[in-house]
Amino acid sequence: MEIKTGVYICHCGINIANTVDVEHLVEAAKGWDTVAVAREYKFLCSDPGQEIIKKDIKELGLNRVVVASCSPRMHERTFRNACQQAGLNPYLFEMANIREHCSWVHSDKELATKKAEALLRAAVRRVFYHEPLETKESPVSPNTLIVGGGIAGIQAALEIADSEHKVYLVERDPSIGGHMTQLDKTFPTLDCSQCILTPKMALVGSHPYIELMTYSEVEEVSGFVGSFKVKIRKKARYVDEDKCTGCGLCQEKCPWKVDSEYNAGLGKRKAIYTPFPQAVPNIPVIDKEHCAYFLKGTCRACEKFCDIKAINFEQVDQIVEVGVGSIILTTGYDVFNPSAIAQYGYGKYDNVITGLEFERMSSATGPTGGEIRLKDGRQPKSVAIIHCVGSRDKNYHEYCSRVCCMYGLKFSHLIKEKIPDADVYQMYIDMRCFGEGYEEFYKRLCEEGVNFIRGKVARVTDRAISDEEKGKLIVQCEDTLLASLMRVPVDMVILCVALEARADAERVARMFNISRRADGFFLERHVKLDPVATPTDGVFIAGCCQAPKDIPDTVAQASAAAARALAVISKGKVILEASVATVNEALCQGCGRCEELCEFHAPKVSRKNGQLPVSTINEALCKGCGACAVFCPTGAISVKHFTRDQILAEVEALIEV
Amino acid sequence: MAEAEFEPQIVAFTCNWCSYAAADLAGTSRVSYPPNVRLIRVMCSGMVDPIFVLKSFEKGFDGVLIAGCHIGDCHYISGNIKAEERIGKLKSLIHTLGLGDERLRLEWISTAEGGKFAETIKELVGQLKQLGPSPLRKEVRA
Ligand SMILES: Cc1cc2nc3c(=O)[nH]c(=O)nc-3n(C[C@H](O)[C@H](O)[C@H](O)COP(=O)(O)OP(=O)(O)OC[C@H]3O[C@@H](n4cnc5c(N)ncnc54)[C@H](O)[C@@H]3O)c2cc1C
Ligand code: SF4
Ligand code: SF4
Ligand code: FES
Repeated sequence: MEIKTGVYICHCGINIANTVDVEHLVEAAKGWDTVAVAREYKFLCSDPGQEIIKKDIKELGLNRVVVASCSPRMHERTFRNACQQAGLNPYLFEMANIREHCSWVHSDKELATKKAEALLRAAVRRVFYHEPLETKESPVSPNTLIVGGGIAGIQAALEIADSEHKVYLVERDPSIGGHMTQLDKTFPTLDCSQCILTPKMALVGSHPYIELMTYSEVEEVSGFVGSFKVKIRKKARYVDEDKCTGCGLCQEKCPWKVDSEYNAGLGKRKAIYTPFPQAVPNIPVIDKEHCAYFLKGTCRACEKFCDIKAINFEQVDQIVEVGVGSIILTTGYDVFNPSAIAQYGYGKYDNVITGLEFERMSSATGPTGGEIRLKDGRQPKSVAIIHCVGSRDKNYHEYCSRVCCMYGLKFSHLIKEKIPDADVYQMYIDMRCFGEGYEEFYKRLCEEGVNFIRGKVARVTDRAISDEEKGKLIVQCEDTLLASLMRVPVDMVILCVALEARADAERVARMFNISRRADGFFLERHVKLDPVATPTDGVFIAGCCQAPKDIPDTVAQASAAAARALAVISKGKVILEASVATVNEALCQGCGRCEELCEFHAPKVSRKNGQLPVSTINEALCKGCGACAVFCPTGAISVKHFTRDQILAEVEALIEV
Repeated sequence: MAEAEFEPQIVAFTCNWCSYAAADLAGTSRVSYPPNVRLIRVMCSGMVDPIFVLKSFEKGFDGVLIAGCHIGDCHYISGNIKAEERIGKLKSLIHTLGLGDERLRLEWISTAEGGKFAETIKELVGQLKQLGPSPLRKEVRA
């Protein structure tokens, strides 16, 4: 059959046309073998742009299409669909990336045009060798796995479970809730964090469609969208979940005290504990690292006092395997440890504390019952709040943590509420109050008599140089608005520490086969247009694991991720990769190398009805990686859509002779 | 004088999941690099057949870059490990052919490393300028 190729070159507004001579490409393409038509258009991905292609396919009987525009990672699917709608097999299409790989990275118009021409020529030659491929379908499991039970995970779980689809919610701590359980009141509305969160936690705990696995972690993930297999380790609690009524007597009787993670180290908990009274589930765990029985072999006080015999020191970790169709990661953030910035004196001075520590101190459920106190029990009469600690600082994190300005402002309000005569200072670089109601909140604070000092703090010291400074912490900074150096003596310093990627984010990203940005957070598929998907189909992200953000944004993203997971379920099937390996049986010697090296166990060598042994590829298992094709000693294997002819055609077309 | 004008031509086989995406990122973040390189998208560095490399040199390319995901991150688990072994052998073959094994380069560049992609190209272009045109390219041109 005669090959008739349509060539379409996109201006992408001025993104391409400014650096690449589009008219020249059109003229050049018109002269090439197999090219039946060559056209240019401002925005090919738009509806009218696609229409041009569709019309040509139908009217000119094109059987190959090439588009030179942006990255195929962006729009390959768009143009393949357009081809399909016009009755052309979508695999008879090829794309030349002349934006990301050309006009955006080069400035010399002549050289960029030359390169674009080579890329276009390669696509035209390659598409000559394309074959129509048929895609196959595979069924979808209606279950969803959510990893991380902070507000993001809670929201996503409830959205999906309310549509009567099963959710496995895996949380590594003994209770769900995440950081939001630690907060006092939340900006900008100042509603109490626990009051709005705990009802949702209770719903999760009792929902018939949610299987909650706390004190658990995912160990292994295999499979693909629609049919992931997940291994989860349920750590031994040493408390029988079915028996425990959550009476709390064991915690009362346990003689061993440990720093409480929940109270950010400000208070104590026992070796057998629930992190906080409203925990879901309200079932304690024995912290093996600190339990006297596990350490020294005696104690078992909890066991003695538990009438219903729920304590079980013999419990072991359990591995549970589940099958799910999609996965949502909501693993949240860690807070920056400010001892790295030695000049701020965290860890050195008693009354230099972090924002999270202040939240626990200010919260009615915290170790001080909501009293704001110095280490020695006195009430502070002056407090400095230092912004951007570890954020917007190229030594630590270049990004803005987005919530620190707002929680810093919130602290002023909370302090003033409890200690009306206290002097409060905000030491900031810029005030960033971008969200709904945030600017209004800032205005309100300005009227509450807070002192704003614009400038980066140089150091916090206890070296007094005047009587007024004696016994105080002195914050040295420059007020850039007044252009003067200042020494501000205060009783307490609160550091608005950065939100950072979880310490184990790299391990988690690897396990779920997703990428991270240079700043360590999980990378979305497209920052603007696909913010909760990842490059791995069926794996979604939401909340602070994607980037620092406040609760409203976290919840919005979590609902979006839930909608995406539900879309996978309601479609009910996934399209399998059409680009898989095939064996030319006439060439295969049955040596079995492909069978040995394929990571996905796709090839199998067998004797078909008494014939010589040959390899066959199980297309449902093959991922199309091409490893076997390169290793096959007789060249019997090729990967559809990445054949030798296709790639070598590109090589030949790319060289400028 | 001819030496000063020499612009090396490079073909890069980049894996879809990491280094091709890194080149996309270089684009979206407008990190510029010399236009001497042309990319071919493959699904995995483990898919790059030695024939592709040899053919590239035969056709007159001065340098060949193969770029994939970092070890441990390959979308297909071990494609890049297989590539690494294979490229090692291929380098010695190219050395024997008298091409200079610096002309063949293997690099691990993740999706997030648009900057590293651009740097790699700059470096390779610099290196190839020093080396001069591939002896095979002269033959092709003659
Ligand atoms: C001091 C401070 C004050 C703040 N004040 C406000 C405020 O007033 N208003 C506001 O809107 N926002 C505020 N924020 C921001 C708010 O905390 C976040 O927006 C919100 O908590 C993000 O929720 P998340 O679910 O994404 O993450 P997280 O709350 O971090 O939850 C993540 C959960 O995942 C679990 N997890 C992590 N890794 C794994 C794993 N590998 N396996 C299983 N489970 C895992 C964790 O244990 C945790 O339960 C404040 C932040 C700070 C630091
Ligand atoms: S490696 Fe090639 S020849 Fe050997 S069994 Fe597999 S397909 Fe056949
Ligand atoms: S292409 Fe990859 S996944 Fe498919 S059979 Fe070959 S080695 Fe296995
Ligand atoms: S997928 Fe990138 S090297 Fe294998």
